[in-house]
Amino acid sequence: MNLIAIIEAEQIAALGKTIPDFRAGDTVRVGYKVTEGTRSRVQAYEGVCIGRKGGATISASFTVRKISFGEGVERVFPLYSTNIDSIEVVRRGRVRRAKLYYLRTRRGKSARIVEDTTYKPKSA
Amino acid sequence: MRSGVIAKKLGMTRLFLENGTQVPVTVLQLDNLQVVAQRTADKDGYTAVQLGAGLAKAKRTTAAMRGHFAKANVAPKRKIAEFRVTPDCLIDVGAEITAEHYLAGQFVDIAGTSIGKGFAGAMKRHNFGGLRASHGVSVSHRSHGSTGQCQDPGKVFKGKKMAGHMGAVRTTTQNLQVVRTDADRGLIMIKGAVPGSAGGWVTIKDAVKKAAPAGLPLPAAVRAAVADVAVEGGEA
Repeated sequence: MNLIAIIEAEQIAALGKTIPDFRAGDTVRVGYKVTEGTRSRVQAYEGVCIGRKGGATISASFTVRKISFGEGVERVFPLYSTNIDSIEVVRRGRVRRAKLYYLRTRRGKSARIVEDTTYKPKSA
Repeated sequence: MRSGVIAKKLGMTRLFLENGTQVPVTVLQLDNLQVVAQRTADKDGYTAVQLGAGLAKAKRTTAAMRGHFAKANVAPKRKIAEFRVTPDCLIDVGAEITAEHYLAGQFVDIAGTSIGKGFAGAMKRHNFGGLRASHGVSVSHRSHGSTGQCQDPGKVFKGKKMAGHMGAVRTTTQNLQVVRTDADRGLIMIKGAVPGSAGGWVTIKDAVKKAAPAGLPLPAAVRAAVADVAVEGGEA
């Protein structure tokens, strides 16, 4: 491991975040801290995770897509951002791609993802 | 005027701060940074310190340089650079400079050899706008335009910005901010980008255009000589 990777691993450990096991296809609810003036609150953003990137680095991020008032919205969250209050997996999906960019061209019935009922947590 | 340091660029990463912001940082490492020689006014006509960094194999070091390192009683160094200092900021030969030489939040100027881009066109090299996409322009959309006048002067003036070799030259980036230092591993984290590729050598100096912060270590943040460290290690 080079020194940059060591520094990143140390920072990930120091941030002390518990990231749930989730992947593309899963529906996640992200609690994101929003500061309005002086007071801050946690805003929930729920949608399908359509991809993760960055692997085990501190720069890792994930994209969450949802349909908001008939309009597709995608938001990219840095996985280790201190602005993320919580990540919660709402539903496990069964998909055969790492990046679900094909969902962008689909709407309604064809944009559904089959629930993965056989999900087993990876034994750590 | 304090001495600068020689550092090795390790690469870039990011820091997440408690207030939710992220800072892109370049990680620089001080690798066996020691004073190799001093330049004094009576002997050399100017005052400076010669620093050496890195580790070089003795058998691949020229005999002349081996003698130079032996005189200072330091191991052969990979990279050597001189830094002009005021006479009060001279550092003893053999002293090892640590990352605490810089304070978090202070501004520095960093010089290094920029990444070579090869033969580059005028758009990339000098930010020219290129020619139009249509209206009769043929196969020269990325060319520079005119290079001068007519029969009088009848030549292209020296220094005209044209296509040519780009990069791989010494560049200085001014007013970069130190975000964090780690004396144990000799790391200095700088906000933003630093000239050169990862693994390259850069020199860091206090910023010329910003006032130095109070509490800077003078003449330098120096680790105690090797013998003293051994004694301290024994006690601990």
